[in-house]
Amino acid sequence: MNATPAPKPDAAAVHEPLIRIRGLRTVLNGKTIFDGVDLDIPRGRVTAVMGPSGTGKTTLIRHITGQLRPDAGEIVVDGQSVWKLGRDALFDLREKIGYLFQNSALLTDFSVFENVAFPLRQHLKLPEEILRNIVLTKLQAVGLRGAANLMPNELSGGMMRRVALARAIVRDPMLIIYDEPFVGLDPIALNQIVKLIRTLNETLGVTAILVAHEFSAVRRVADHIHLLAGGKIVAHGTPDELARGETPWTRQFFSGEADGPVPFHYPAPDYARQLGLSA
Amino acid sequence: MTALRRPGLFTTGIAQIGACGIFLLHILRALPRSLRYLRETVRQVFFVGAMSLTIIMICGLFVGMVLGLQLYHTLSIFGGTAALGTVVALSLYRELGPVVTALLFAGRAGTSITAEIGLMRATDQLDAMEMMAVDPMAYVVAPRFLAGVIAMPLLACIFNALGIFGAHLVGVNWLGLDSGTFWSNMTSSVDVWTDVMNGVWKSAVFGAVCTLIATFQGYTTPPTSEGVAYATTRTVVFSSIATLAIDFVMTAFLM
Repeated sequence: MNATPAPKPDAAAVHEPLIRIRGLRTVLNGKTIFDGVDLDIPRGRVTAVMGPSGTGKTTLIRHITGQLRPDAGEIVVDGQSVWKLGRDALFDLREKIGYLFQNSALLTDFSVFENVAFPLRQHLKLPEEILRNIVLTKLQAVGLRGAANLMPNELSGGMMRRVALARAIVRDPMLIIYDEPFVGLDPIALNQIVKLIRTLNETLGVTAILVAHEFSAVRRVADHIHLLAGGKIVAHGTPDELARGETPWTRQFFSGEADGPVPFHYPAPDYARQLGLSA
Repeated sequence: MTALRRPGLFTTGIAQIGACGIFLLHILRALPRSLRYLRETVRQVFFVGAMSLTIIMICGLFVGMVLGLQLYHTLSIFGGTAALGTVVALSLYRELGPVVTALLFAGRAGTSITAEIGLMRATDQLDAMEMMAVDPMAYVVAPRFLAGVIAMPLLACIFNALGIFGAHLVGVNWLGLDSGTFWSNMTSSVDVWTDVMNGVWKSAVFGAVCTLIATFQGYTTPPTSEGVAYATTRTVVFSSIATLAIDFVMTAFLM
């Protein structure tokens, strides 16, 4: 049997970052979320984006996936400038991206099996037997093959997250985005998700973006961390480098100090004046 | 200056109508793509149509009975009870059938559509579809819109049939009007094209308007429980007002 060898990827393209963000600027409701963010996401690595709540981590993801248009800047994913793509080209790009939502976002009318099968049914005309095998393989990978016939309301939070992960990987995407995958999980479920993310990256070499707060979990899976605060990337490096806390930002964030560069108080008028204690 | 900065009720209303119009254009653009999801459209016809049958049939029967009773007594003053079948049928076909069906549809199916899509929005299901490269306008909204346009005229016809049956029960079986007079006067006075079809066209338009409002309210609702609750209420209020206003305009043109 003479199999045609797969075309070798362009060496330059392999070394190019999968995602390149330059001069990103976003203002939402009068608040500056990003003020000139530059960021590269390398191929085949797990890159974490961390930062205090409300700093725009999910907004960054929404820019990358073409869900929210930034005010300025360029976002290039796999060589394509996201905000110059038409609707069909954007959907073609999204077909290569797996997205794990924070609240799983399972389709509540469908069983676990049908949720995982949904992207396949929508985009590929596969024979039912092949589709079934693919879905069961993905469910086996997340340990939920036995739950294929359950409905989403019969699952625990951790199980829902794992079903959503199976759905995200069902088409073997080039990029998986994990939006707060560890929130609300018990230690067992959290460890299962950590293990799955690491395994996916090691076995499939898939590029991953991880948005999370939990440093202890993130340092076990991420190759590189970007710390986002005040509309900019204030620190980046390997988990060990950032854990050393050499800047005020990293010191505050990774040691959990209540006050610091990220202020404890939301911007407010003078306290004494607001209480009527000063003239 | 404050008045300039804060949009008033009128401005907000105009903006909502404009946004709803743009939403309709998006639905129309998604309709060809939604034909891929024919099974979903059929499922929605079942949910908004067949599942509304009970309330439509019961209300149709009672509306017809009330009409029969009221009109019999009014017509008897002028000695015109023989026209009962005609008057009931014309009232139902031309006005009451399409309008009352639309109002019931807005309360039963419209709220259900708004709540369902609103909850899909609140739980990120619509965003998840977008991220799976599935257009929610084609997969979720357009099939429901089509289902409303298809189901409403059918429901209105069933409402009319039960209404006439109710009027017959009261007029003929209870008050003693001759059955032959009831039916023959009705069939000789009611024209299929001018009376029945006018009602069918009206129903189709009401179906489009009610499902447009329901899907728009659900799709644009703030992703909170309060947002979904308000959106559901707005669906009933706006659908009812729109139905009655459009009914007046259509009646003026179709008379």
